[in-house]
Amino acid sequence: MSAPKILMQRGLERPGESHVLEAYEAAGGYRAIRKALGMSPEAIVDEVKKSGLRGRGGAGFPTGTKWSFIPRDSDKPRYLLCNSDESEPGTFKDRWLLENDPHLVLEGMMIAAVAIGSHLMFNYFRGEFTYPLARWRAAVEEAYRKGYLGKGIFGSDYDLELVTHYGAGAYIAGEETGMLESLEGKKAFPRNKPPFPAVEGLFRSPTLINNTETLATIPWIVDNGADAYTQYGTEKSRGTKLWSCSGPIGRPGVYELEMGHDLMEFLEGDLGGMMEGVELKGIIPGGSSVPVLTPEECRGAKMDYEGLRERGSLVGSGGFIVIGDNISAVDCLLNLAHFYAHESCGQCTPCREGCGWIEQLVEKILDGRGTQADLETVLRVSDNMAGKTICALADAMAWPAVAFIKKYPEEFAALCAEPVDMDGLAAAVGRHDHILPRAS
Amino acid sequence: MAAFTMPDDAVRWIDATVARYPDRQAAMLPVLWAVQREKGWISPEAMVWVGDRLGCSASAVQAVVRFYTMFDEAPVGRWKLQVCRTLSCELMGARAIVDRIRDRLGIEPGETTPDGEFTLQEVECLASCGTAPMMQCNFKFYENLTPERIDALLDELRGRTPDHDDVEPVIYERPGAEAYHLMFPRAIEPVSARGGEAP
Repeated sequence: MSAPKILMQRGLERPGESHVLEAYEAAGGYRAIRKALGMSPEAIVDEVKKSGLRGRGGAGFPTGTKWSFIPRDSDKPRYLLCNSDESEPGTFKDRWLLENDPHLVLEGMMIAAVAIGSHLMFNYFRGEFTYPLARWRAAVEEAYRKGYLGKGIFGSDYDLELVTHYGAGAYIAGEETGMLESLEGKKAFPRNKPPFPAVEGLFRSPTLINNTETLATIPWIVDNGADAYTQYGTEKSRGTKLWSCSGPIGRPGVYELEMGHDLMEFLEGDLGGMMEGVELKGIIPGGSSVPVLTPEECRGAKMDYEGLRERGSLVGSGGFIVIGDNISAVDCLLNLAHFYAHESCGQCTPCREGCGWIEQLVEKILDGRGTQADLETVLRVSDNMAGKTICALADAMAWPAVAFIKKYPEEFAALCAEPVDMDGLAAAVGRHDHILPRAS
Repeated sequence: MAAFTMPDDAVRWIDATVARYPDRQAAMLPVLWAVQREKGWISPEAMVWVGDRLGCSASAVQAVVRFYTMFDEAPVGRWKLQVCRTLSCELMGARAIVDRIRDRLGIEPGETTPDGEFTLQEVECLASCGTAPMMQCNFKFYENLTPERIDALLDELRGRTPDHDDVEPVIYERPGAEAYHLMFPRAIEPVSARGGEAP
């Protein structure tokens, strides 16, 4: 399957040059925003709705529908917020976009702002993104100089200002309501919903928050039309998606694939298969928060929203982590448990206590001191976390915990201090694996 | 106690930045960054100063400083080495990188060398998973690391002056399978049982 290049074309064709305005415009950039300025805001939203584009940050919510939630009759200012706080382990696609094609992201933001009637937009970078930030700042400066930002953009009567913001190290600031708190100068504690950000977001005003990749897709859709976009992908998963690929494979990196691509073909083809001397143990297809797939589950899997869900995992952020047989599943889970225990904001008890508890138990097992009861406690604690907290960080710990034990039980059992009754462990998994994503 | 001050140009930058936001406290993170860049860390006096400028209490500032991992409440080394330890980097040999720095500098993660040159930290995913293992050194990324590259880099850094504006990543050529297997010896037992420390 030859991949269409909606998002990566310029960066791949002109590496090292694609980030400057001249190169962007030479390749047709800033045509879509001019077109959008001549359209009614409703027509722009309709076009995005018709495209079937779904949020690329992780949740996969229909983008046009999200845009339509922004009230048009509010007397408060409306804000657009681009989420460039890319922090999901295994994910580096937004970094690629911001470094190689910042104007594409900027144009997407402009179109979204015009569609919701926002005159002040923000781009929130993670604090570690010093280089993408430098590229972005240069792009914004170019845009201001050309009159593409500021008073009367592109010679229209539409005023549009931009503030570039940056974090300081907190995974949870990437959660959309955590980001609102962070941008207001506070700890990034996610907010209870409702009210949803579309009604009461930044500074208690209607706020649209979209992922960097989502916004970068918008110019192509407006320029070429929703019908052209829906030619790519599957009926429910339209268009293309960026996959950040890592692990002991031949050719790691960011790839743009049409939705519905065959997973194993991708691994064996574009990614160059496994590195010499390593066999495939499993793949986490959508960032560290989604359940791991065994080689058996990977075979025949389709890389789209429905296809991965059917296998019990998710597209998530598209962080495609390939795990080799040279590391134990227990090590993998401990690594992730440490991450979530470190990144839990501490607001909700199930998450604050649960992440740390799971980390301690897995460490105990890895130390050779664990028991079957400890494994069952990990499963029970996970069940008591998923869906029981303000945001999804608890689920993001619970899913890998249950999935790793369910799919690699013998590796956990082999490390326990006493023999494990595998049937009993399987029964315990059966009591708790209802929390995992499944085909709807 | 000497009063906390910031240079005039930094104060001008801060005032201009605050004015860009609909609410003064929203400028908290950029203002704290400006302080840390200038002073190297964020002292209690700095928190009072920031609170005064943003119209909030010093305790509100402190809560933010403690929540975000990149802010330092104590001086750190001239070079802050932050090695990513999260899954994609661990899969590619991050432990070998930490071990080499630990051996070369004689410090554990979280510590600073007695001469104040280096601080070593293990940090979470820095979005360089396809070029793992990697570390952030002050404001610059070094990717596709090997223990040998660490040796050369540590020597180079000793003779260099940190530059906040030098942010372009150094992406070395990806190690081949042979070098990879040296960093990540194939073994049946868990990594932590091979002498590597559990995270």
